[in-house]
Amino acid sequence: CNLAHHRTGRAAPPAGDSVLFEDTSSAAPAMNNQGYYTPGYNMGGTSNDMQGGAGVNNLFTDPMANAAMMYGSSLANQGKDMVNKEISRFMSVNKLKYFFAVDTRYVLKKLMILMFPYTHQDWEVRYHRDTPLTPRQDVNAPDLYIPTMAFITYILLAGMALGIQKRFSPEVLGLCASTALVWIIIEVLVMLLSLYLLTVHSDLSTFDLIAYSGYKYVGMIFTVLCGLLFGSDGYFVALAWSSCALMFFIVRSLKMKILPSLSSDSMGMGSSAKPQLRLYITVATAVFQPIIIYWLTSHLVR
Amino acid sequence: RRLRTCWDNMAFTLYSLIQAAILCVNAVAVLHEERFLTKIGWGVDQSVGGFGDEPGIKVQLMNLVRSVRTVMRVPLIAVNSVCIVLLLLFG
Repeated sequence: CNLAHHRTGRAAPPAGDSVLFEDTSSAAPAMNNQGYYTPGYNMGGTSNDMQGGAGVNNLFTDPMANAAMMYGSSLANQGKDMVNKEISRFMSVNKLKYFFAVDTRYVLKKLMILMFPYTHQDWEVRYHRDTPLTPRQDVNAPDLYIPTMAFITYILLAGMALGIQKRFSPEVLGLCASTALVWIIIEVLVMLLSLYLLTVHSDLSTFDLIAYSGYKYVGMIFTVLCGLLFGSDGYFVALAWSSCALMFFIVRSLKMKILPSLSSDSMGMGSSAKPQLRLYITVATAVFQPIIIYWLTSHLVR
Repeated sequence: RRLRTCWDNMAFTLYSLIQAAILCVNAVAVLHEERFLTKIGWGVDQSVGGFGDEPGIKVQLMNLVRSVRTVMRVPLIAVNSVCIVLLLLFG
């Protein structure tokens, strides 16, 4: 019954369906299985073909232009593939995309934690089958959106502060930006070197370190704003507040990743200096933050 | 000038970072294995630690010095030549 209809349909259109299948027997694929789908598809297909054909004929009457456009688009695709390949040799773009997968709720909560981390309870970065969760789903995950935006805002704020003091010129803006960038690079390199020397097998990648190092710009912006609004006293109060908050944040965040878990039994008697050194690294990183905040913002608030 | 006096002590440009990096890598590259490192006990053959034990700081540092010397030997020739030419031309 039905099978017989299907088999004869593939060879030649059956008599009952000839109205539906006659025009597009060459274009449409397995039409017999999807009974009510095919009429719309076939008619849409034929009308699209005719419209597309008419449009192509109208736009490219010159086959040379058509060939040139296709050659150009294939060249552009090749160039794009080559650029992607070269870039992905240095850094994986997928890993970078993970750090920018944020949403508004995450940004607000993270900014609040950066400024007031004392009430935040759970500092663990949650995993989902061996891959860390994106910042959208886990508020403890580091991201690169806040540091980037905070860096740019800091540069603009520095320009504004210098303009208030009538010391502004466009070169100063570039100088401030490159100074801050150099300090980030130095800090990340020192962190990487110390993590390598102490053979800390953590999953902190370079981007993670850049993220944690860039969180201090939020504190810097807050400090500079208070210094501009409330004068020198407000500057020092805000400096103290954001330093303490940032130190607490860094210590709690890095403690999970750098220091060994308490249940590691093999490290118990062999190297008792190791946990101490790791603690020193964490504390040194935390203490470095207020120093660099003061160093980079004191000249803006006189 | 006014710009220099305000920023003298803290203005880092990216060029100064590159200069510092080149100088540091040059410093690591001139540490000779036989004549110097083995004399002070930092030679390559002295870095065999116990198996199953994580290497200490000194071993990691010796490995780092050796890797930097091996990897950066040829690129440093090129980078130093370019630096010399540029400094001669542009001061």
